[in-house]
Amino acid sequence: MTRVVVENLWKVYGDQTVLENINFEVAPGSFISLVGPSGCGKSTFLRMMLGDEAPTRGRILIDGEVLEDEPSPDRGVVFQKYSVFPHLTALQNVMLGLELAQSPVLGRLFGRKRRSARVAAIEMLQSVGLSHAVNKYPAELSGGMQQRLAIAQALIKKPKILLLDEPFGALDPGIRAEVHEIMLRLWREEKMTIFMVTHDLSEAFKLGTRVIAFDRVRTRPEEMKAYGATITFDLKVDGKSIPPQAPAKPPLAAAAQ
Amino acid sequence: MRRLINRRPDIATRFGLMLLPFVLVIIAYMVASEARLSVNPNDKLLPGWSTISAAIERMAFQPDQRTGNYLLWTDTMSSLQRLGIGVAVATLIGGIFGVLQGLIPHFRATFSAFTGVLSMIPPLAVLPILFIMFGLGELSKVVLVAIGIAPFIIRDLALRTEAIPHEEIIKAQTLGASTWQIILRVVVPQMLPRLIDAVRLSLGAAWLFLIAAEAIASDSGLGYRIFLMRRYLAMDVILPYVMWITFLAFALDLALRLFQRAAFRWMYRGNGA
Repeated sequence: MTRVVVENLWKVYGDQTVLENINFEVAPGSFISLVGPSGCGKSTFLRMMLGDEAPTRGRILIDGEVLEDEPSPDRGVVFQKYSVFPHLTALQNVMLGLELAQSPVLGRLFGRKRRSARVAAIEMLQSVGLSHAVNKYPAELSGGMQQRLAIAQALIKKPKILLLDEPFGALDPGIRAEVHEIMLRLWREEKMTIFMVTHDLSEAFKLGTRVIAFDRVRTRPEEMKAYGATITFDLKVDGKSIPPQAPAKPPLAAAAQ
Repeated sequence: MRRLINRRPDIATRFGLMLLPFVLVIIAYMVASEARLSVNPNDKLLPGWSTISAAIERMAFQPDQRTGNYLLWTDTMSSLQRLGIGVAVATLIGGIFGVLQGLIPHFRATFSAFTGVLSMIPPLAVLPILFIMFGLGELSKVVLVAIGIAPFIIRDLALRTEAIPHEEIIKAQTLGASTWQIILRVVVPQMLPRLIDAVRLSLGAAWLFLIAAEAIASDSGLGYRIFLMRRYLAMDVILPYVMWITFLAFALDLALRLFQRAAFRWMYRGNGA
């Protein structure tokens, strides 16, 4: 169970403020949807959660400890693209996390350790419905299958936090619903905290237990550089039964597009 | 009438069209050779087929009177050996430096300007230095081939390593990979086929440097032989040698391509995404 605290977080590139004064706390086991218009800094926020970028000011705490300043196995990630390794089969992609942990020099396992890693990886692939594609390379898989593979690959490390950067954005609606179900089931099973960036509001409400919107409050051209986006909207979704609804505030209208 | 860009030849036509330029060149040669030989039967510039095949017979299938060697084969062996060692060394250096330069910011900061400048040195201009330093033996020729193509391979591979999606590198870290493990399991396996591409592209230059070095100081080798034969205007030997060198270069390129296809199946699966 992981508690995430974001304290007074700012991100500034040069003279361009992207995010300002982001504060929130996340209860353990939450599924947070991050929404907002393009360029509002939601992906930047996710990269800071990853440790790929450092905050300019403020900090992110995980269970009371300041986030490591580089990516680590306690925070898994699934991107929209390039999340899996093209030169490895589905099985090898999932086994990789186990092999790296147990074999620091060669990054490969042999014998009994290899067999047990293989069994664990196959189990993981089964739980995302890829048991028929174990020996296929990513290029042979459809977009939905690639994303399911990316999820399996991340979850084999049992991360405390899973970060999703528009993971289902490129999928067809039918496939997307299918992957949503898998994602929700795994989230309940693994009891992890999920942060998902999306620009699809219905997806945000369908999956999330809480929807946080980032947007710029000051939008006059001369203010655009000096002021960044901040949290404009923070909504708990009760029991996940709330249907997608029209945004209540004007800033969010842009997010729907 | 469909546009020219939309008209595609069928297989038979494609094969015929592929052969056409070769056939035309051969016909042109035969006509010109015939014309010269009818004026002067001793003409050496465009020898007829019988003279050429006699020369091939002499060079490839009869022992040399002085040394007892079959010259074409000893020349081929010594040239291929120099080329092979030189290219292998350049590939190794290029692979290691290219990957490190593409992946590790401190390494890039240290070496990228340096290799950039090195790659601007015309390799033939340092050939005299190599002869002075390493003597006229095998070493200087091998070194010329290696330093001639290594900078290109380094830079090409560094660019391709940098082009690996950042997401993949991040993902590997979230799977717990150290820098060494990222090199070993993520970068190198994806760069090996690219390295083969880089070697294929640099083979032409490698041959150039090899023949230049052999022409200047050597006592065997394909380049040595054609420059030796030039003194006697022995076109009947030079022409088959040039064709043989071309064939070897082509065969090497093909072999590398086939090896790449066989060894890195993942590149050719699915839609290639």
